[in-house]
Amino acid sequence: MTARTPTWKLALFYGLLILFALFFIYPFFIQIATSFKSDAAATDNPLGLIPNPLDLSAWKRIFGIGGSAVPIMTWTQNSFLVAIVITAGRVFLDSLAGYALSRLKFRGRGFLFATVLAVMSVPGVALLIPKFLMVKYLGIYDTYTAMILPLIVDAAGVFIMKQFFDTIPVSIEEAARIDGASVFRTFWSVVLPMAKPALLTLTILSFQGSWNEFTHFLVTTQSPERKTLVTGLASLASGELSSGTQYPLKLGAALLTTIPVAILFFAFQRHFTRGANEGGVKG
Amino acid sequence: MTTDVSATRGRVTPGRGSGPRRGGSARGRGRRGDAAAGWLFTAPMIAILGVFLFIPVLMALYVSLTSWNGNGSPFGGGENARFVGLDNYTALFTEDGLTRETFMQSLGNNFWFVLFVVPLQTALAFFLALIVNNRFLRGKGFFRTAFYFPSVTSSIAISVVFIFLFANSGAVNAVLSWFGIDGPAWFSDSRGLFHIVAGAFGVDGTPAFAQAEVFGRTLWEWFAGPSVAMCVVIFLVVWTTTGTFMLMFLAALQDLPEEVDEAALLDGTSGWQKLRHITIPMLKPAFFLVTTLGLIGTWQVFDQIYVMGKGAPANTTLTPAFLSYKQSFTSLDYGTGAAISFVVFALIVAITSFQRWLLRDRDAAPRRRRRGLGLGRPVGSTTSGAAAEAGDRA
Repeated sequence: MTARTPTWKLALFYGLLILFALFFIYPFFIQIATSFKSDAAATDNPLGLIPNPLDLSAWKRIFGIGGSAVPIMTWTQNSFLVAIVITAGRVFLDSLAGYALSRLKFRGRGFLFATVLAVMSVPGVALLIPKFLMVKYLGIYDTYTAMILPLIVDAAGVFIMKQFFDTIPVSIEEAARIDGASVFRTFWSVVLPMAKPALLTLTILSFQGSWNEFTHFLVTTQSPERKTLVTGLASLASGELSSGTQYPLKLGAALLTTIPVAILFFAFQRHFTRGANEGGVKG
Repeated sequence: MTTDVSATRGRVTPGRGSGPRRGGSARGRGRRGDAAAGWLFTAPMIAILGVFLFIPVLMALYVSLTSWNGNGSPFGGGENARFVGLDNYTALFTEDGLTRETFMQSLGNNFWFVLFVVPLQTALAFFLALIVNNRFLRGKGFFRTAFYFPSVTSSIAISVVFIFLFANSGAVNAVLSWFGIDGPAWFSDSRGLFHIVAGAFGVDGTPAFAQAEVFGRTLWEWFAGPSVAMCVVIFLVVWTTTGTFMLMFLAALQDLPEEVDEAALLDGTSGWQKLRHITIPMLKPAFFLVTTLGLIGTWQVFDQIYVMGKGAPANTTLTPAFLSYKQSFTSLDYGTGAAISFVVFALIVAITSFQRWLLRDRDAAPRRRRRGLGLGRPVGSTTSGAAAEAGDRA
């Protein structure tokens, strides 16, 4: 396509492209629409985007109005609790470690960094049974501690922060150090404020990662009180908690799971794209 | 990556870099307190990775040598956790039995899955990147967002949507019916794709030439192809990963020097010739990166399988990663489950090493260092650095 492409070709081109875009977004529209339909209407007209009649019963059940056997609000609270604590922990601890690996000179630093790189290439699915064993061994199975603690530092985040600190000139810190500030003081009041863009990227990636996390919670928890939106949705979808198809309820719960990350995505898109290019990809 | 690590080692490689080394007193010795602070700052990371990653892997390695059934401690021995040596591993490969049959079937399933997903996602991602990269395209941001959005959402939530779309009376079958096609019962159809094709040519049952058995399964079974149910998972994974890979290609495309474009234009090459002889060869590192990440990801597929039937129908969507979980947490045979997870581990490490070996010449050659954030993987760090920049430009 150039500036002089004939109009009909352009039209065809954009037509195809819009078709492709629809192919990627239409499922989300269907999802939203179906969550406002009745069970019967959902299967009668699966493609329709206008719920007729409008049926709010799925959302009432999601918000626990009129009593519901599916405690989606508890899951939501757990999701927020766990994601927020993990995010806070990661942002602080990853930047601490990243700073040390980038700036502080100590024996074993090269080895530590090599270990971080090696850890990043360990396939996650190989860690399910190991994590379960350790959590059982420590006696913290099915607790918030087991959900949060193992995820509170991540190698990829340490790597991102280390790489970022490498790009900041040393001179400013040197001045602070010569003025007699301690290492932590320099890190906290001089370096971190300069690292805002990287910290924001890390915050968003950590939140997205822990909000969407599935396998870790699957093997470290058991009771309904510890379910997050993601693990709860998985058991709802595989029919453990319900009878019948209940598509509006399931799609509504899936939508609720998608919304927070979607908001972050539209607000901070370029941090996502940056993260996608660094942190690798889930299967 | 290599350059990067050594450059940051500072003191270990003396005299690195140009210019006078500053004040031997302060820098050469390392500031007092740096060592202590260094260990203190990294202590949480070391503790967490040690306790929840390194030691557990060793524990699991031991469990894979036992017959632990989930009762009592796995390390106590006794009836619950007898030490069985390599039995769990031999049961997977050399002993005729149900364990091997299921495991081999899961390997076969995953093999077809990989064979379909990786080329499809790579090709589609490249194609979309070419389009979105077009200088004259309007609404670039919109299209990029549309293609990428599925990649950031929860895999579980997306799987739930797909269960609805592919239900018997779902959206996909509704669309197919417009064209007069009677869609299959996607999630309960265990027929392999190639068996269906063979059936269309009148081959029914196992033909004589395909009756030879390899690892306890006939060739006919090995060559079944992905089942109809697995095709849904293939479709889903291609759909959710394409956006991310598109961004990687996009970054690489934007990194191509413009002089090449101009030279090609002067030489009067057609668009297709330019694509085939210039763009694709120059994007080789990006292709390597995308296929490697694709291979690593597809051998680990788990979440989608969990939601979409847990291996059903007839174990045709079972993958080794999921089997490892199921064997442990459902069948309470933790030894075999752990053994399977180490086989998957080894497989992925082998694939990555193979890729690295293919790239060894490229790595040896001096490379342009890109600013800022790279990727912590041995492959294609240049590309990803560029990718980060494209993200910035976006």
